[in-house]
Amino acid sequence: MAIPDVVEKWAGKVNTVVIGAKADQGGTRTSTVAIGGATTLPFLTFEGSPGHRPAIAVEVWDSGASVWPEALQAAWGDVMNSPAAWAKKAAQAGADLICLRLVGAHPDLGDRSVEACVQTVKDVLAAVGLPLILWGCGAEEKDNKLLPALSAATKGENCLIAAATERNYRTVVAVCLADKHKLVAESPCDVNIAKQVNILCGDVGFPLEDVVMFPTTGALGYGMEYVYSIQERARFAALGGDKLLAQPFICDVGYEAWRAKEAKAPPFEGVTDENRPRWGVMWEAATAVDLLQAGADLLIMRHPDAIRAVRARIDALTA
Amino acid sequence: MYIIAERINGMFKDVKEAIRGRNAKVIQDLALRQQAAGAYALDVNVGPAVADAQSALLWLVETIRAVTDIPLAIDTAKWDVMKAVIPHVPGKKILNSTKADMDVATEYVGLAVEHGAALIGLTIDADGVPGNVEKRVELGAQLAAAAMDGGLALTDLFIDPIILPVNVSPKSPGHCLQAISQLRALSDPPPHLLLGLSNVSQRCSNRHLINRTYLAMCIAHGLDSAILDSLDTELVDSAITAELLNDKMIYCDSYLQAARPG
Repeated sequence: MAIPDVVEKWAGKVNTVVIGAKADQGGTRTSTVAIGGATTLPFLTFEGSPGHRPAIAVEVWDSGASVWPEALQAAWGDVMNSPAAWAKKAAQAGADLICLRLVGAHPDLGDRSVEACVQTVKDVLAAVGLPLILWGCGAEEKDNKLLPALSAATKGENCLIAAATERNYRTVVAVCLADKHKLVAESPCDVNIAKQVNILCGDVGFPLEDVVMFPTTGALGYGMEYVYSIQERARFAALGGDKLLAQPFICDVGYEAWRAKEAKAPPFEGVTDENRPRWGVMWEAATAVDLLQAGADLLIMRHPDAIRAVRARIDALTA
Repeated sequence: MYIIAERINGMFKDVKEAIRGRNAKVIQDLALRQQAAGAYALDVNVGPAVADAQSALLWLVETIRAVTDIPLAIDTAKWDVMKAVIPHVPGKKILNSTKADMDVATEYVGLAVEHGAALIGLTIDADGVPGNVEKRVELGAQLAAAAMDGGLALTDLFIDPIILPVNVSPKSPGHCLQAISQLRALSDPPPHLLLGLSNVSQRCSNRHLINRTYLAMCIAHGLDSAILDSLDTELVDSAITAELLNDKMIYCDSYLQAARPG
């Protein structure tokens, strides 16, 4: 009896999004990163093109990183007080991009001025040649002032700017459109809203091919299964031809993994102060590798050892 | 739902007059409006408008092609006309339609393959429209066999189990539902299942209501294509909603907008 052919034929394709611009493209970056482009499920090379290799962005905060767990403080050291130096060290650690989060702009976390934040971004741009992801502080009112300034200050650099949400998207969409940046569309762990945010961005004129989808991330043991199934459903729909879900995924791995109990809580069940750094790294790496199987195209990560481990896994899966 | 819009048909007064007077504007306007309303293809039928169906069809094709690349379903029951017109239809096209008799279907399949076209096959043979489910399924399978023998992919075959008006043939809607279910199971991927929807409500009152209720029922049984009035917004909305409820797409608040092409 012949073995049945189980190869799936997909009608759709994940969009390819390029982040960063070199000198001949109007920017100052020394490298660019392309994500997406898959015509089949992750790593199923016998079925179609897996698209571009998943990329890793290293997370850098403008200020306030002293709240990060000790293992991360030990790994990065003093550079955590200087976003530019931190970004440089992240580049040496193998980052494909820098994800600069302007946490300190939040009214409750320092309320740094828009001008000071713009200067931080300029410092980071000058320090590294990698493409940038610029993430607001999460306070809507402040972000609606901050993001336009960041966008204007980085015009031509083809950054990825975060984030448009269902309730707050007009401002960030308008500035990304005007300054030709790529856009993160964020939804709260809900595939219906993920699709809706994409529609809303499209309705106000933003090209859906320039959107990266952020369906919210959950760490291993902390909502991973919801996130996994949402990404999986969206990716099935994309490959089935739904252009409103054909955007590549960005996953906020480091932030979620390092707030897991295993990474930072007091000692429990075999997790001790001595072995805690290993637990945190394992948690981050395992979360990342799981999400790769659910179609993650761009991972935001924190610990150099976890980054190395995930990079090795990506190499093995794409070899 | 692969909607083939029905309005460019010489049975309608405005189209009949446009064909007779070679009024391109009327046809082009209908083509673009139907496309914008959610059609994936346009049916093109001269109807009883003129004696020379062939030159009228060619004029319609040329007129529509001047404004849109949308696939065209060339609708004529005359083999000679189909054979003469198809080579002159640029872009994507569908032959509408063949009957299920093997010798007839084989000729149509050959013409479709030769010109890279899709084909609509009716479950009618020399004995007419079947009065039961079994014969519909048998003729549908016969159409699929003719397609496979002739090298036409089943994904390019639309099987139409023939719906008769509910006022004169009350069992026909139920028969078609069952035939759709059974014909879906014919192959993987299955052929498309299609209906000329408006026929279900011929000479009935509440035509729009009957059409959209029946369409939703058919979609639940696996219908994935129909020749219908895409300008009937409530009808297209019903089709999209029925597909949503049948797990053909992921919900979002703007799903009606999201499901329309373009």
